[in-house]
Amino acid sequence: MASILTAKKVTKRFGGLVAVNSVDFAIPEKSIVSIIGPNGAGKTTFFNCITGFGKPDEGEILFEGTPIQRLRPDQITRLGISRTYQNIRLFADMTALENILVGEHAFLHSSWISSVLGLPGVIKEEKMALAEAQRLLNFVGLRGQGDMLARNLPYGAQRRLEIARALATKPKLLLLDEPSAGMNPRESEDLTSFIRRLRDELGITILLIEHHMRVVMGISEFVTVLDYGEKIAEGTPAQIQSNPRVIEAYLGRGAATEGMATAHERFSDKKNTQQGLG
Amino acid sequence: MKKENFIWNAVKAGLLGGAITIFICLVGMTEIFSKRDVVEKVITLGQFVLLATMVASGLIAARRTSSLFGEVRPVRTLTAGLVAGLVTGLVLALFVYIGYSINLRAVFLNASTPLYNVLTFGKGQSYIWPLPVIGALGGLLGASFLLIPDVYRRPLTGGLIVTFFLALFSGLFRVVMINQKGGVENAAKYLFGQTGLTVEGTLIFFFAVVIIAFFWNFRGKEVQQRISRLPKRGQLSLRVLGLLLILYLAIGLPQVSGPFIAQVIVTVALFILMGLGLNITLGFAGLLDLGFVAFYAIGAYTVGLLTSYGPFGLQHVSFWVAVPIAVLVAMLSGAVLGLPVLGVRGDYLAIATLGFGEIVRLLAGSDFLAKYFGGPQGIIGIQKPCLGTLEAFVRVDVPRACNGIELGTAKDIYYIAVLSALLLAFVAWRLRESRLGRAWMAIREDEDVAEALGINLIQTKLLAYMLGAAFAGLGGAIFATLIGSIFATSMQLLVSINVVALIVVGGMGSIPGVIVGAIALIGMPELLREVSEFRFLFYGAALIIMMLARPEGLWPSQAAKRELHHADAENVTAEHMI
Repeated sequence: MASILTAKKVTKRFGGLVAVNSVDFAIPEKSIVSIIGPNGAGKTTFFNCITGFGKPDEGEILFEGTPIQRLRPDQITRLGISRTYQNIRLFADMTALENILVGEHAFLHSSWISSVLGLPGVIKEEKMALAEAQRLLNFVGLRGQGDMLARNLPYGAQRRLEIARALATKPKLLLLDEPSAGMNPRESEDLTSFIRRLRDELGITILLIEHHMRVVMGISEFVTVLDYGEKIAEGTPAQIQSNPRVIEAYLGRGAATEGMATAHERFSDKKNTQQGLG
Repeated sequence: MKKENFIWNAVKAGLLGGAITIFICLVGMTEIFSKRDVVEKVITLGQFVLLATMVASGLIAARRTSSLFGEVRPVRTLTAGLVAGLVTGLVLALFVYIGYSINLRAVFLNASTPLYNVLTFGKGQSYIWPLPVIGALGGLLGASFLLIPDVYRRPLTGGLIVTFFLALFSGLFRVVMINQKGGVENAAKYLFGQTGLTVEGTLIFFFAVVIIAFFWNFRGKEVQQRISRLPKRGQLSLRVLGLLLILYLAIGLPQVSGPFIAQVIVTVALFILMGLGLNITLGFAGLLDLGFVAFYAIGAYTVGLLTSYGPFGLQHVSFWVAVPIAVLVAMLSGAVLGLPVLGVRGDYLAIATLGFGEIVRLLAGSDFLAKYFGGPQGIIGIQKPCLGTLEAFVRVDVPRACNGIELGTAKDIYYIAVLSALLLAFVAWRLRESRLGRAWMAIREDEDVAEALGINLIQTKLLAYMLGAAFAGLGGAIFATLIGSIFATSMQLLVSINVVALIVVGGMGSIPGVIVGAIALIGMPELLREVSEFRFLFYGAALIIMMLARPEGLWPSQAAKRELHHADAENVTAEHMI
């Protein structure tokens, strides 16, 4: 299978700290891939390298064969990579529809002069943009909530709206940063099937950062594990679950002898209580 | 225990009121305002301001009392008001007493005999006892205001405010009405005196407003509902009718108002142009620009250099050719400012742009560039606009003759300025509703996310600077033609600050807000000559009060309303969920 994104020896430093250390990574086209790892393992930094938020210090990132590590975020988005954020970053004081319309920005072409003059082309384009936004809103299951302010939407709906906004940029590769954070088991199950629909119906390749092991193992075709900025394992969910280095990274050396299944349970329990406190 | 509390609260409110009255006296307001009347032969503006303070302290004490008891208790409320007013009056009386016995002038320039004469009604030292009495009565009045049911209080408040404003601007109304023919002249003399409203005028205006407001209270909802029940076309034609009415007034106004008011309105219109421009950079895109006057200066100097028949004139072209060029030059300078500060955010951006504004002003006025820009002498002899053909340039200091109508007076420039303001308001509105407008809003909310959604930050921000600068450039161009000459000294930092302030007061990001803000902050002080000395005191006070009471501005945009009241909205949704 051809890979849509290839990272070669990507390194990112913050002063003396090596956040991502010479990571090689490939995402096969139309697959669902997860990156996991303990807190501070460099997952989000790696995401930022891909989307152009933080340029990698070394290495190369190829998207469909084009090097993108020197491009600006908006250029990368135009090529077909879009993302959501760990802590939801919607335009809180804009309506749900307006949020999606901003996502469509790159694919609208009317210049400001023609907008001021109100040329027929502009009006037609705006109409189409609005229809598309409405369609995306319905697709993520927020029908009829287009005029709500993003900040007034319930938490789960905000997550969905953020995905709809990312979809508006017509991505080929969608990066989801902890999409199930703060969700109950029922909601994360819905999310899992929703992510699958994105891939199956829209043909979008998905890259996930996720902590909920149930979500990760249930959905991913491949899993990559980062620890202290280094890739320590890579493979199918089954391979990862039985990998002693992964268990060690998560739970310390002693736990490596325990079964991974129990380890995951414990890990996700810990996570849940943390979120409960937060 | 509680009873003591409420009396003590009232005393505190009174002391505060007293401090304010003394402050008003010491800055010289009382004395200057005493030359103006609110109601002729009854009360001067100076007295009115002091009385208003006493009433206000009574009102505040009364309000605190009722919140202390959790319910309105008439006797205690009135007592609190009385005490607060009395204390205010006593403090003021004490001040007068001290003022007579010790000479305060060494420190406070305004603590002079004329001031004490005003405070003792011209009757000398022994006549300070009326002050506490008036204070107590005023406080009582304020407190009783709280006890009146809402249905009556609102019309009364409205009546007081409208009458007060009419009194402030009575001189203007009088002039405007006397300029008319027919019975209007006599009506003007009957209602408006030389220095304030007449007694008859006061009563007529007050009761007219009260009665109208009273009925609006009962019928207003019904009327509004009836309008909203009209078919769409009916509503539209109603709106068009309203617009036509405003247009008619706008066209007719300078014909009846005389040159002074026309000039004031032109100034307001120029600030509206600048406000609309900064509203794009600051209100839409969230980029704070404190050097905005630079673009105004660049527009003005471009028109000056291109059209002047003075020694610095370059091309001697007509106004109509020069203005588009000025707008373009301003736009380009917007890009020149924008490029280096693209990556600068927030507070740092404000400081960087501040520097830009100062650089432009200093360069324009410098001896170094005096060869080109006239230095401190400025550029004089700016050609007036001409509807028709201009004759050829003869020589320096001789204006080109106009074959047609020369638009030379403030009245003529008024039309140019108002038309430009309307046009730019339309452009700004279209921009906000466009794809670019959405991109600006996104940048204002979260720059990083906007960029990650495919918005080119460089392009979008530069467009915000350039379009904002273009608006200001047009303002400057018209300003240069209005005055006929330009000097670097009129391009002060204060102009930039005025523009920011009028946007904030009007409502960030709101187009009607810019207009309201410009009228409130530029027009009113221009018209109230007495106030102009305390302009910045009022300015500061108005800004503080606005930020506390109505942070979203006088006429907020939809987005700002949401932003500042989302807490309420969240409460509502929370209640729904329960």
